[in-house]
Formats: sequence, C-alpha cells, structure tokens
Amino acid sequence: MINAVSKQASPGHEALADPKRIPLTIRDLTVAYHRKPVIWDIDLSIPEGKLVSIVGPNGAGKSTLIKACLDLIPRSSGEVIIYGQSYEKERKRVGYVPQRESVDWDFPVSALDVVAMGTYAQLGWFRRVSKRSKALSMQALERVGLADYAHRQISQLSGGQQQRTFLARALVQDADIYFMDEPFAAVDAATERAIVELLKDLQRRGKTVLVVHHDLATVPQYFDWTVLLNMRVVAAGPTESVFTQENLRRTYGGKLTLLTQAANEIVKSR
Amino acid sequence: MTWYVMDTWIVVVGALAATACALLGNFLVLRKMSMMGDAISHAVLPGLAIAFLITEARASLTMFLGAAVVGVLTAVFTQWISRFGKVDEGASMGIVFTSLFAVGLLLIVQAADHVDLDPGCVLYGAIELTPLDVVWRPRYFGTEFEVPRAALVLAGVTVLNVGFVVAFFKELRISSFDPELATTMGIHSNLMHYLLMTLVAVTTVAAFEAVGSIIVIAMLIVPAATAHLLTDRLWLMVVLSVVFAIAAAVLGHLSALIVPGWVGFTDTSTSGMMAVASGVLFTLVLLAAPRYGVLCKRLRKTEAAAF
Repeated sequence: MINAVSKQASPGHEALADPKRIPLTIRDLTVAYHRKPVIWDIDLSIPEGKLVSIVGPNGAGKSTLIKACLDLIPRSSGEVIIYGQSYEKERKRVGYVPQRESVDWDFPVSALDVVAMGTYAQLGWFRRVSKRSKALSMQALERVGLADYAHRQISQLSGGQQQRTFLARALVQDADIYFMDEPFAAVDAATERAIVELLKDLQRRGKTVLVVHHDLATVPQYFDWTVLLNMRVVAAGPTESVFTQENLRRTYGGKLTLLTQAANEIVKSR
Repeated sequence: MTWYVMDTWIVVVGALAATACALLGNFLVLRKMSMMGDAISHAVLPGLAIAFLITEARASLTMFLGAAVVGVLTAVFTQWISRFGKVDEGASMGIVFTSLFAVGLLLIVQAADHVDLDPGCVLYGAIELTPLDVVWRPRYFGTEFEVPRAALVLAGVTVLNVGFVVAFFKELRISSFDPELATTMGIHSNLMHYLLMTLVAVTTVAAFEAVGSIIVIAMLIVPAATAHLLTDRLWLMVVLSVVFAIAAAVLGHLSALIVPGWVGFTDTSTSGMMAVASGVLFTLVLLAAPRYGVLCKRLRKTEAAAF
C-alpha cells in the first residue's frame, strides 16, 4: 500500500509528509519466539534527523525491535518501511551497530580491518578492500580518537575503544538511519562523551539515530526523541513530553527502586 | 629407510588433503564451529554409501554430489533440531551426525558382501594404497609420472578451496566476525555458512579415501588452530595454516617410516602419523608462540612481577 502512495508522489516533491522523508515507519510489528510474543503490535514513526532512545526494562524487546527492523529475526507480522521503501531496497541507507558482546574480540583482525568492514556493502562482491576505503576507515578512526590504535589486534583495545571502533565502522557505512544496540553499555566516561559528540554530529548532518539505551538518567540530556517500550510501545515522541514519571511507571511496572531513581534523575535534570 | 616414488605420492596426497582441509578449517575455527567439521565428516557417510551403491565407483561425481547434499542436510537438521527440539546446537549436532553416520555404516556393512568399501578404511583411510590407483601418465623431461587418482581429485578440491577463500575473503571475514552486520549489508551470513558447509562436505569426501573420517577432523582443525596462535592477521593465519598442513603431511609420513623402527616395528599408519605430527606442531607452537604461547605468557608474568 505504501508503495502505491510513494509512486503517486511526483519525483522531487519534498513535502514534509512525503513518505520518502520519513526514515522509519513500523506498522503492526509482532515478533514471537516459540509462539510467545516478544514484541506486540508495534506502531512507530520516527521523524528525520532525530536522536532516538529506545528505553524499557530487561526483556522488553528493545534489541528484538531493532533486529526485526533489520530482518535479522523473522517477523510474525507487520511491516517496516525505510524512507518510504522496503528495507530490502533501502539496505544501503541503514547502518547497524550491534552489541559489543555479540562478536569474538579474539578474531584475527585489526581495528582498521573492523572499520573497513563498514565499506564492504559499497564495494560489492569479489572486490578487494581498496586504498580509498582504507583511507576512509583511517579518517573515521581519527574521528573517534583511535588513529594510534589502527593496527592493534582488537582484543588489545579497552571496552570503550572497542565500542568506538564499532562507531567508526558505522561512520564509514555512511548511512542515513542508524540502529545502535547499547553503544553506551559499560564504557568509560571519555568514550561516553565521544559517543555523544558523534551522535550530535550525525544529527547535524541530518542523520537519524535509534539507540537502545539503559541509563535513564541521561535520556533527557542525550536524546530529543524517546520510545518507551515494554513489549508494546508505552509512549513515543519528543523526550520532554514522553519521558514522564507516569509513563516510566507504566513502562517499568513494579520495579520501584529503579523508578524512584529515575524520578530523582528527572527532577535533577530539569 | 628407503624412499620410493610411491612415498613421494603418499606425501603429495597427504599434503593436498591437509591443505584443502586447512583452508576451510580456518573459518570453522574462527566461527567456533570446529565440531561442525567433525559432524559433517561423519554424516556424509550415508551420502557416500548410497552414491557408491548406485555407481559402484569411488570418488565419482555422484559421490561428491551425495556427500554435498548430506553435508548441507547435516547443517540444516542441526539448526532445525536446536531451534525446535529445545536442545543446544552441540546436542543437536550430536543427534544428527551420529544418526546419519550410523545409517551410513549400516549401508556399508549391508553392502560389504558385494562392494569394495571397508568400514575400517572409512574411519582411517588407506593413504598407503592411493598411489596404486594410477589414472594419468604424463611425460615430462623424459620421465613418466604416474599420477594417482587421489592426487588429481585432491588437487582439484584444493584449487576449488583456494578459489573460494580468495574470491570470498572479504565476505568470509565479515560473516565470520560479525554475521549480523554482514547480513544487514546484504552479505547473507547464512548463505556463506551453507557455502562453507558444502565445501567442507566435498573436501571431506575427497580426503576420505586417503585419511578417513576421523583423521580428516585433525586436518580441518589443527593447522588452523596452530596458525591462530601465531598471528593477528587473517590472511597470514590462512597462509600459515597451509604451511602447517604441508609440514604435518611431510613429517607425518617420514615419522611413519622411521619412528616405528626405533621400537622394533617396520612402519605404521601414515595418516595416523600425519595427525600426530599436527598435534605435535600445535603443542610446540602452544608452548613457544611469541605472543600467545604458554612460555612467553609465563615469562611476561614473572617479568611483570619482578617490577
């Protein structure tokens, strides 16, 4: 149906409502493992150029939501639309930063090798990694402050440096919408600042970034758009209107200590 | 010890088998799927047996086809059973390959009366006999070379595997390191997985006759694991694994001829000795590797403690 709509829109027509300008639209998305739903009936629309946090308790389906968008796990129902097209068609405009623990850091590759992987999609099958993609990768490493570590085997990097390597790889992917799975998990303060800088920079360049985030305290500070998730979307919208005590209570249920903590943080941040 | 032309061919066959296996083994080791090589090398047996019963010829194209099909089925069944059977991948692999191997064994034993396929050979191979089956006699520099079938077949598979690793180096690297990212980029890591499994099955069959279904596991895994201890670069790991594979073949046959003499026997199983040589090389590297070796790690620790 959405295809029909986008075909009607004349080329070059760039009204705000143009589906081609909406980075991500999710309709009726349900994912189930062993017939038990993990996320249920998700409807979302993310406007262009936002830094979006996806927040919710453990097991709320945050990673599942991201992976279902990227076709990494099968969807039980629903559709995901990227810039008015199917994900399959707009693959190259989508960047992904998986959880740091999802890979084996003893793998025989250097930081530069890992970053260069971000260029593989552009290179296509059978092509070797070119000088140009190496240079691009080096630039990206410089931007995250890791130029001196380019030739280190990746297990010799600290956790924060590993995370920045992943972000540098996302940079060379040069996507328009990014999905990041807990980039702030267990990183040092310097890395956290570096990541925030990077996110703001991506935003300035008109990119849209969705981030699975755990630290409620920093949500209002880092993100201008928030999705509260607990199997279903509890609330989604501009952070200042969505990130309320009431909504958090509905998202986190009875987990009182966490809630009080969050409430305090909200009070502090205002 | 006397060295015959036959001995050279035995080493060539062993080295080719080891090289073909080691090339793929790198990616099995890095994907933490070493046991998948084990599973496939056993599970191809019914495919082999059925193909053999149909064509009554060894190393025929049908045989490769049968093995490839069963090899891929092993990978598919393993995934299914671990997904639907509430068991982890290791257990489901155990279910799949033992069942398939048993079926293969039954078929072979049943057919043993009227076909020439020996269960013992299936397990250990008969590399010493491979030079007898000469299929090609080219003449170079006034000498006639008697090229055995096993050498030709294994050379073909080695070329195939070299081609695979070179052509898909980048794809193998990303899909082994970060399969999810690879998939989002349109490099389907599942596709790469099944391509790799198909080649493992084909390679296993080619190496089967020479080294059997147990020794072939040593050839798949040990050289790659040895190489991993020595380098942090993937291409160098692949190159080193091939060096170790060839070294194990040469040293293996030499020791098969020499070592038993020390204790009063004439000679022993070459394929067995090749696997032993692999194991010895691994142990030496494990002890002496500059960065990841046990000795150097110990040394660095004492040094650090001294300060």
